Amino acid sequence: MSPTEPFVFLGCLELNELLSQEAHDGRELLEQLVRVPVESIFCHTSAALLRRPVLAEAYPNDFALWVGTEVRDVRLAERLAAVDAFEAGSMERVREELIATISDHLQHLGTAPPRTHGKRFRFFQMHLVPVPTGHRAQTLPEFRDALADVDVSAIFYHTIEARYRSGRGRGDFAEWVGSALGLADLADRLAHIDPHAGSLERIRDRHLSVLSDAITGEAS
Amino acid sequence: MAQGSLLTLDDYRQVAPRGTIDFLMRIGERLRGKRLVHVSASRYGGAVVEVLNRVVPILNDLGVETTWEITIGTADFDQVSRAVDKALAGTEQVITEAMLARLRETGVDNARRLRLDADLVMVHDAAPVGLVEQRGAAGRWVWRSHHDLSSAQPQLWNALRPMVQRYDAAVFSLARFAAPLSIPRFIVYPSIDPLSERNREMTRAEQAAQLDRLRVPRDKPIVLQVGPFERLHDPLGVINAYRLVKKHHDIRLVLAGPPPSPGGDVLGDVQEAAGQDPDIAVIVLPPDPQTELNALERAATIAIQKPLKADFTIEVATAMWKGKPVIGTIAGGIPFQMVGNVTGYTVETVEGAAFRIRQLLSNPEMIGRMGAAGREHVRRNFLVTRHLSDYLALLAHLTR
Repeated sequence: MSPTEPFVFLGCLELNELLSQEAHDGRELLEQLVRVPVESIFCHTSAALLRRPVLAEAYPNDFALWVGTEVRDVRLAERLAAVDAFEAGSMERVREELIATISDHLQHLGTAPPRTHGKRFRFFQMHLVPVPTGHRAQTLPEFRDALADVDVSAIFYHTIEARYRSGRGRGDFAEWVGSALGLADLADRLAHIDPHAGSLERIRDRHLSVLSDAITGEAS
Repeated sequence: MAQGSLLTLDDYRQVAPRGTIDFLMRIGERLRGKRLVHVSASRYGGAVVEVLNRVVPILNDLGVETTWEITIGTADFDQVSRAVDKALAGTEQVITEAMLARLRETGVDNARRLRLDADLVMVHDAAPVGLVEQRGAAGRWVWRSHHDLSSAQPQLWNALRPMVQRYDAAVFSLARFAAPLSIPRFIVYPSIDPLSERNREMTRAEQAAQLDRLRVPRDKPIVLQVGPFERLHDPLGVINAYRLVKKHHDIRLVLAGPPPSPGGDVLGDVQEAAGQDPDIAVIVLPPDPQTELNALERAATIAIQKPLKADFTIEVATAMWKGKPVIGTIAGGIPFQMVGNVTGYTVETVEGAAFRIRQLLSNPEMIGRMGAAGREHVRRNFLVTRHLSDYLALLAHLTR
């Protein structure tokens, strides 16, 4: 029997670059969404989890949040919040959905879109530098223990960023548990942990809970 | 635990988020042997210096060869430097060609004297900005601006911009502070050192001794604003808010700030407004008042920051780290450090500040809940360990 390929936990350093693009209303937001690099779409949707304090009532991406709180166009904010970056499969697809949503909204608006009452929207892009955390695992218990200890950026790198890096639509944890350990059911349960669960720490806790259940089940 | 400058990265395990310290060590392994030079105009005073004092030895511990160079200038250069800082902050100044020439010459003189051969040279703020004119082909150069440049005097900024654009990148504390530039602009928030004299844990006895020395009784809830006695920090507005609250709650107001500087100071007005009210304490702090501020912030029930215009105002994070809800305006970096309605409230008026103070005093359980949420928010976002990670990210990204 060939030895199990170990899982190597990588964390990531993040660097936020301010771009020159800005928006004061929905129409400018639409124009800039066409132009900005795809890394900027990632920064303002999936990666918002990395830095935004999690509030149960907060919209899940920066575009919806800004339209809701600064432009105060609740209808558009709600529709932008419904664009699910984790379901879309690729960031270009997310960009298309955002553009289609705003275009449709503006078309049916009938009047000039409202301008921001406060802050303009400033586009960022994120640079990620992956770094090994020094944690590796070959068995499920080792994997769970390492997962409990790693820097929270590793949770982001393997569960959020991996969806787009690999194009598999699921994170590295589920992929390894399924392919290296051959635990398809467990892999499926990990893959279905909702990234909108809240903070990265909450996502970690949900993974730990699923893994602990599986380990207890194996032992009994 | 080691004390003062003898602190090591390991000492931060007790305060940093889990996994952070081991991860920083791994990053250090990856960047081992890289050379980083910080350049600033001073080694004393201010939040920037406090962070560098801590970050430089830790980076060396991590294996990144880090040095900190100080530029020197003639007496008239200090005047030029002060005028430039004020003009960049938006206060109209007379900036002559001769002053700009002095800025450049000082850069040339210091570039000859300083050791700037490194993989990354990080130049802090305006005084040493001209060093870049002498840069060689090797190494990458970053200009780190710690101030709000959004309303910089146009004539000055037009003269400085070509110089700044000789850097490979610029780093600002907030997007709203950033000036338009053709080079990449990165955002790195300031941070607090949780183990510094200002923020370390303090026994109740020590706290009491400090408060006795400052003549602040501990018999009723304290609302505290720390900041200069300047009109822009609106201490008079804070007194007005206190008076509105005082009709309903028996509280004490403490206004603490550095000694008056020439011009623009409203300490006299503040003392007059406080009048004979024994429940208002106006405290002119001694030099380097880290221990005093630590004690005052720990004694406070609610911290308030009510400037009308501000830089990042990291005092918000220092109060939150001590578990205090903060009521702050939307100036500068204040709203970026808070989570509205979770760690405190943002307000725009005297009446708003008074309302939120009353609301908290009437619901004391909210004070504890918001304070605890604030401390956790600071732990994740505003500790010096996150700052280290940002600088390492810059080093890794720009020297890749």
